[in-house]
Amino acid sequence: MFPILSATVFLPIAGMIAILLTPKTQTKLIRQIATGVSAVVFLLSAIATLQFDSGDTGMQFVEKVAWIPQMNVFYHLGIDGISIPMVFLTGLLGLLACVASYGIEVRVKEYFALYLLLLTGMMGTFIALDLFLFYVFWEVVLVPMYFLIGIWGGPRKEYAAIKFFLYTLAGSLFMLLGILALYFNSDPHTFDMVQLAAVHPYSLGFQKVIFLALFLGFAIKVPIWPFHTWLPDAHVEAPTPISVILAGVLLKMGTYGFMRISYPLVPDGARWFGIYMAVLALIGIVYGGFVALAQTDFKKMVAYSSVSHMGFVILGLSVFTYSGFDGALLQMFNHGTITAGLFLLVGVLYDRTHTRDLNSFGGLGARVPVYAAMLMLFSLASLGLPGMSGFVSEFLCLLGSFTVYKYITMASCAGIILGAAYLLFMMQRVLLGPLNPKWKELPEINGRELFTLVPLIVIILLIGIFPQGILNLFGPTTHALVDALGGIAR
Amino acid sequence: MNVLASLPFFITESILIAAGFLILLLDLFVENKKALGWLAFAGILVSAFFIRVPAEPQPLFFGHFLVDPFSVFFKTAVLGIMAMTVLMTLAYKALPPKQEGEMYAILSFLGVGLIMMGSASNLLMIFISIEFVSLTSYILAGFEKKDPKSNEAALKYLLFGSVASGVMLYGMSLIFGLTGTTELLGIKAAVSASALNHLLLLAMVLLMVGFAFKISAAPFHMWAPDVYTGAPTPVTAFLTVGPKALGFAVLLRVLMTAFTPFIFYWSAILAALAALTMTFGNVIAVSQTNIKRLLAYSSIAQAGYILMGAVAATQIGLSGVLIYIVAYAFTNLGAFVVVIIAANHFGTEDIESYAGLAKRSPFLAAALTVFFISLAGIPPLAGFIGKFYVFAGIIQGRFYALAVIAALNSAVAAYYYFKVVKQMYFTEPKDCAPLAQPFPLMAALGIAFAGVFILGVCPAPLIELARVSLSF
Repeated sequence: MFPILSATVFLPIAGMIAILLTPKTQTKLIRQIATGVSAVVFLLSAIATLQFDSGDTGMQFVEKVAWIPQMNVFYHLGIDGISIPMVFLTGLLGLLACVASYGIEVRVKEYFALYLLLLTGMMGTFIALDLFLFYVFWEVVLVPMYFLIGIWGGPRKEYAAIKFFLYTLAGSLFMLLGILALYFNSDPHTFDMVQLAAVHPYSLGFQKVIFLALFLGFAIKVPIWPFHTWLPDAHVEAPTPISVILAGVLLKMGTYGFMRISYPLVPDGARWFGIYMAVLALIGIVYGGFVALAQTDFKKMVAYSSVSHMGFVILGLSVFTYSGFDGALLQMFNHGTITAGLFLLVGVLYDRTHTRDLNSFGGLGARVPVYAAMLMLFSLASLGLPGMSGFVSEFLCLLGSFTVYKYITMASCAGIILGAAYLLFMMQRVLLGPLNPKWKELPEINGRELFTLVPLIVIILLIGIFPQGILNLFGPTTHALVDALGGIAR
Repeated sequence: MNVLASLPFFITESILIAAGFLILLLDLFVENKKALGWLAFAGILVSAFFIRVPAEPQPLFFGHFLVDPFSVFFKTAVLGIMAMTVLMTLAYKALPPKQEGEMYAILSFLGVGLIMMGSASNLLMIFISIEFVSLTSYILAGFEKKDPKSNEAALKYLLFGSVASGVMLYGMSLIFGLTGTTELLGIKAAVSASALNHLLLLAMVLLMVGFAFKISAAPFHMWAPDVYTGAPTPVTAFLTVGPKALGFAVLLRVLMTAFTPFIFYWSAILAALAALTMTFGNVIAVSQTNIKRLLAYSSIAQAGYILMGAVAATQIGLSGVLIYIVAYAFTNLGAFVVVIIAANHFGTEDIESYAGLAKRSPFLAAALTVFFISLAGIPPLAGFIGKFYVFAGIIQGRFYALAVIAALNSAVAAYYYFKVVKQMYFTEPKDCAPLAQPFPLMAALGIAFAGVFILGVCPAPLIELARVSLSF
């Protein structure tokens, strides 16, 4: 059988080597290589999605080879319903962000080499089934991201880059300690997630400690309040395509970690922490919303809206119900597509005006109608307009959590109102009102930019109108996970 | 085993000694000192060819010199480190040209001394070998005679080293007085036979002070930053790796052979030393502006991580020590190669001079970045495998507090390593001329670079080697 997962993970590395061997003056060729590679990666992820048997809740496309036999470490890849949406999302955004990167004009060779390395790390994180391998991929993401923010970012890029790096590294080191403790307390010692999930013979006290150690790693990545402070810096300073990847894929690595590792491996600990997760989710939703409302920087507003929207994922995950988990996973996917679109749109505007100050725009709706339409579509999707994907997933999260934490859920609904407030307020300041004379020559969104946005809006509408399609894809797996956790079958 | 019977197992060392004397002799006639360097390099290669693991441990020279898998492991490591050091010295510009020949001779002898440290199975032999290594190291540290900093380094090293040796010797004399033997195995028998003897415990602690000095563990590290900064850079590279690695070898052998009944005590002492060492090294490294000094403090911190492996004293932890040492040797030597290339060009070791290196010499910048990432313990590089193993060791031994301290330390360390990376990649260069890349340095760099990657991606053979080398 063709090792489709290995190909997906390591093709970008091959591309990176090819780019490193290309002279740096050949920028066009470098872009073509990067685009070609990410297109093939997307194609592979799409093929895997199509071939995926949604009825089977076990691992599929499994590849397993001994790597470090002395420690029982395996090169072990596989995907199930939880990883498949993430793999597809990574493939899709990997391609779109690559096309969006054509605007990068300095140090093109380094940029695309690092970009492809990043792609490998992200893909690997979502399909590794061995804790050691997972950690390796998780950390591989850090280094290229540091450079991508630090070299091609905005005015405070160096600060943002090292802050992102240190926050995530500190968290992941505690995750490593947790992983090692899991290993030494299993019998026989193993890093195999599937095996560990099947036995988990740990006492509650031990599970709490492990959950906390893993939590530090994942919560910083999500980010869960109060570990979110790296996010606005990194998202704002990063170049547009990298913001897209950060918001679209990297944040999901954290919540994916909860679903893939924390929950199945230390279920009692996870249940014990459920209420705390819900409270942190609520704080994140409301706090993120209020702070977004106060922003005058377009990009910062979108960044804080991420804190709020990722809060819904955590809320859905905190309750151990069918709809909560379905909602959480769907929200991960939807936030990836919607926020990626918003960041792309911020980038489109910034490329033309070199400002992100919301108060300096105004009246652009008449000047650039196509751009305005796109911005409206993505904003409405983000604020959870029924008929678009964001509504479905946030509704499911709230529905799932309502059966468990009524008051927290009610309070969380404020997040949706806040979302409507800051997004509509933003649209008013950017699109409506009198046209700022400075922008009367503002050029319309171009074909390449539309190419990066249209696939996203198609997916957003498709899921909004027919959510059952994607829910059927991963539903059986999430439901099996809820069952294994002893959750509520609703 | 008597002297004659011992010789067949002593070929590697004999070749090194012969090479050393030959270089010393030829130094009188040969004008081209580089040729002597290549001779030393050839000597190392030839001697490496005769490395054998005997089927049974061989106690040479009346039981003073033990050839077992453990000593062979370190012998191989020493030869590798020596070869790299010679390559670095060959292209180091600041050395006084006339004395360069002596340097290669001393290095060859120093290699023998280090091998002796790894093989000594008798307190007397341990003391002699450590003193031999120390004395030759003092000379090397002061090799740039005209440079006051180099002189300061040598003198400081000598003074601190003498005190440490004195303390260690005092411990040894106590042990001999209490047990009546200097053989490690004999000491073990005596330690096991009697009830807890507090004087013996004190003697062990005194002995450990001497070893802690060698591996520059806090609070016995005071000499290290100044010595590492003042010494000629190839010597610094060597000192941060060679004597340090062999210091660990002696430490492990003595503790694991003679003092196993005291494991509870020395494990606690090592845990405290480890926590102190890594914290001290990392915190002070943060504010450094000179790359040699930064690497000096980083190497102190790294010793703290390596100590963690010995704390747990499980099979995983102990092999972690060996794995970490190999990974660290490749990485640190590689980093110093780039530092030498840069110092040859800039004439200074300020971190600021690395500004924009990525644009001037992309490969050098990338290589140094890779070494720093490896030192920071980020996968998939050699340093991560080492760190993973020592972490595994302490988690297995349930030293959770130490594990948390080490994790926090690793984050601090990443900060200062990336301070240099930031200079190389985010800052604009003052001029864009690429740096000269002489062949010996590029060869050493290539070896280190490949080693860091290969050990990181396929660590299994090294892990297996470390496992079978734990032959206490």
